Amino acid sequence: MDENNELVKLSYREALKQALREALQKDDKVFLMGEDVGRYGGAFAVSKGLLQEFGPERIMDVPLSESGFTGAGIGAALGGMRPIVEIMTVNFSLLAFDQIVNNAATLLHMSGGQLNVPVVIRISCGIGRQLAAQHSHSWEPLFAHIPGLKVFSVGTHEDARMLLLTAIKDPDPVIIFEYTAMLNMEGSIPISIPAVDISHAKVRRTGKDISIITYGAGVYKSLEAANELMKAGIDAEVIDLRSLRPLDDRTIIDSVSKTHRALIVEEAWQSVSISSEVSARIMEKCFYELDAPVQRLGGVEVPIPYPKHLEDASIPQKDQIMEVTKKLVGHG
Amino acid sequence: MGEFRMPSLGADMESGFLREWRVRTGDLVKRGDIIAEVETQKGIIEIEVFDEGIVGDLLIKVDEKVPVGTIMTHILSRDEAKVGIPSVPEKKDESIKEELPREKISISEIQHVRASPLAKKIAADKGIDLTKVKGSGPEGAIIREDVEKVVVEQVAPNAIPERSISDNIRMAVAAAMSKSNREIPHYYLQTKADMSPAITWLAEANKKRVVKDRLLPAVLLIKAVAKALREFPDLNAWWDNGLQRKKDIHIGFVVALRTGGILVPAIHDADKKSLDELMQALSDIIIRARALKLRSSELTDSTLTITNLGEGAVETVFGVIYPPQVALVGFGGITEQPWAVNGMFGIKPILTISLSADHRATDGNTGSRFLTTIKNYLQKPEEL
Repeated sequence: MDENNELVKLSYREALKQALREALQKDDKVFLMGEDVGRYGGAFAVSKGLLQEFGPERIMDVPLSESGFTGAGIGAALGGMRPIVEIMTVNFSLLAFDQIVNNAATLLHMSGGQLNVPVVIRISCGIGRQLAAQHSHSWEPLFAHIPGLKVFSVGTHEDARMLLLTAIKDPDPVIIFEYTAMLNMEGSIPISIPAVDISHAKVRRTGKDISIITYGAGVYKSLEAANELMKAGIDAEVIDLRSLRPLDDRTIIDSVSKTHRALIVEEAWQSVSISSEVSARIMEKCFYELDAPVQRLGGVEVPIPYPKHLEDASIPQKDQIMEVTKKLVGHG
Repeated sequence: MGEFRMPSLGADMESGFLREWRVRTGDLVKRGDIIAEVETQKGIIEIEVFDEGIVGDLLIKVDEKVPVGTIMTHILSRDEAKVGIPSVPEKKDESIKEELPREKISISEIQHVRASPLAKKIAADKGIDLTKVKGSGPEGAIIREDVEKVVVEQVAPNAIPERSISDNIRMAVAAAMSKSNREIPHYYLQTKADMSPAITWLAEANKKRVVKDRLLPAVLLIKAVAKALREFPDLNAWWDNGLQRKKDIHIGFVVALRTGGILVPAIHDADKKSLDELMQALSDIIIRARALKLRSSELTDSTLTITNLGEGAVETVFGVIYPPQVALVGFGGITEQPWAVNGMFGIKPILTISLSADHRATDGNTGSRFLTTIKNYLQKPEEL
């Protein structure tokens, strides 16, 4: 076996950190700014040790002012730098939303194509750590709504390790969602991975009976469900959307045209969500391939509860994915 | 303007494949001309036209399968032909409309059925009528699996060209005989005839004929039955909501095919033909029946059927009536048997003649007199 194809075991957090290090090493225009990213090592220890390695000019602690430092990052990008802005959690991102939507996303247009904004904004998000309603938001759909942004979701260790490196080269603003509930999750990835093509969804598992389309924290849950469904004789394909904006229609349509059934899984509240959009595109672009109505499993539309059992019940879990899949494929 | 429709070539026929047009638009045709060749379960049948006139637009393409009753072309008068030929029939029966070729079912027509889009698409492609498909999907919706099941099932009956002709003929015989046994209350009679006068006469008669013109005993039998039928019009009839007596006497003669199965071509006006003419007609239809090259009128016109087992066969046959006819005469093999005449035993060539008759149409008394009449005719072959 080629040395490069050896697998290495690491946590999702470690994969994110290696990506940051590599980005900082490869291009000295790259720097990281965010709350507690330096001396504290990051709220979730993702940037631990980087300050010592790269110094305070490249690992920059910022005041608790999301609007202010996100705006500063946008300014640095306009000035030719490649800033990585870390917003500690998505729950605070609305404070920076005006900068992101009204500046980062529009300046290329407003300047008649003269000013592009190559900023990368990393945002932690997700449900599952008993942080209650105000700190458990899934706002991927909110950002994916905005033309001018590219929005990516890191659903696997492989993407945690590689996605940033492709995103940092993008000439336009990129939002990356990372999932705090997955930080300690161990996974195996090849030592050497080719650059990730972040503009395309990724078929994480091929199957013929149903397309389970998901992203973020839904990817591993769906894969686990798919593996167990094999015992029930159901061969499910799992698609990791990866890019929430733009959506990769081709991969979705090809898969649904093959399996003729689709289930979309996400943690975000179901109404006006990524799954709404994917479902609509399936209807528009491959209606006559469908052998069953498109089904969705999204977050229950309540403020996310604090108690563990209620928190678990508020988002799709493996058993639910299996149950709905069986029903859809006709084994329910 | 006459309409020329896909004919029904038997009670069991639902549709046929047009295999060849034997005319072109604008051709002048007269009654009895062969206009097309149609493939049915009974082989490729030459279809005759019954109107005189000019052939209109050919509405059906070669190799298209259409239900019985579909308009295939129009037969126009000279005036109509000058005015122009309507390319579409002005109106269609409701019954025919329902049986439009399946390929033409469009998605919009079947939209009211609860079926998945994929199932509908497959149904439209394969010509499946979704109203007849049972759904197994969510809320009883028809899904791909349900349609594909039907596609597999339909391959058999639809794909006539892919099944062997003998299988198809078997199915046609099965259908006709089942219908007969289901619907017709048969009664059976039997008598025996001394065939020595007939055999002697035939030997003499054949001496004067070249080999190919020689008469077979079967011609005597056909002629005897045909002549007897003139006296028993109730047996020369069809049962179709009551007894429909037939003016002409067309004898259906059962021809066994070498590949198995039977066909029953008609010998038209058998009572009016001389023995030589009958022999000619018989040779002709047997050859064509075995080549599966019969004409539509020969398949549909018979008014009574004869089944003749011939030499070396068993003595007696009780046939099953070919609907909508009301009687069938069966001739067994001629065997030598002890035979008493005027108180004396002798050995004679004996023929067993049976009658299967429809009790709705006639009673045993009629049948008995009919069989006796046939027997008597066979005693005087020179008069046939």
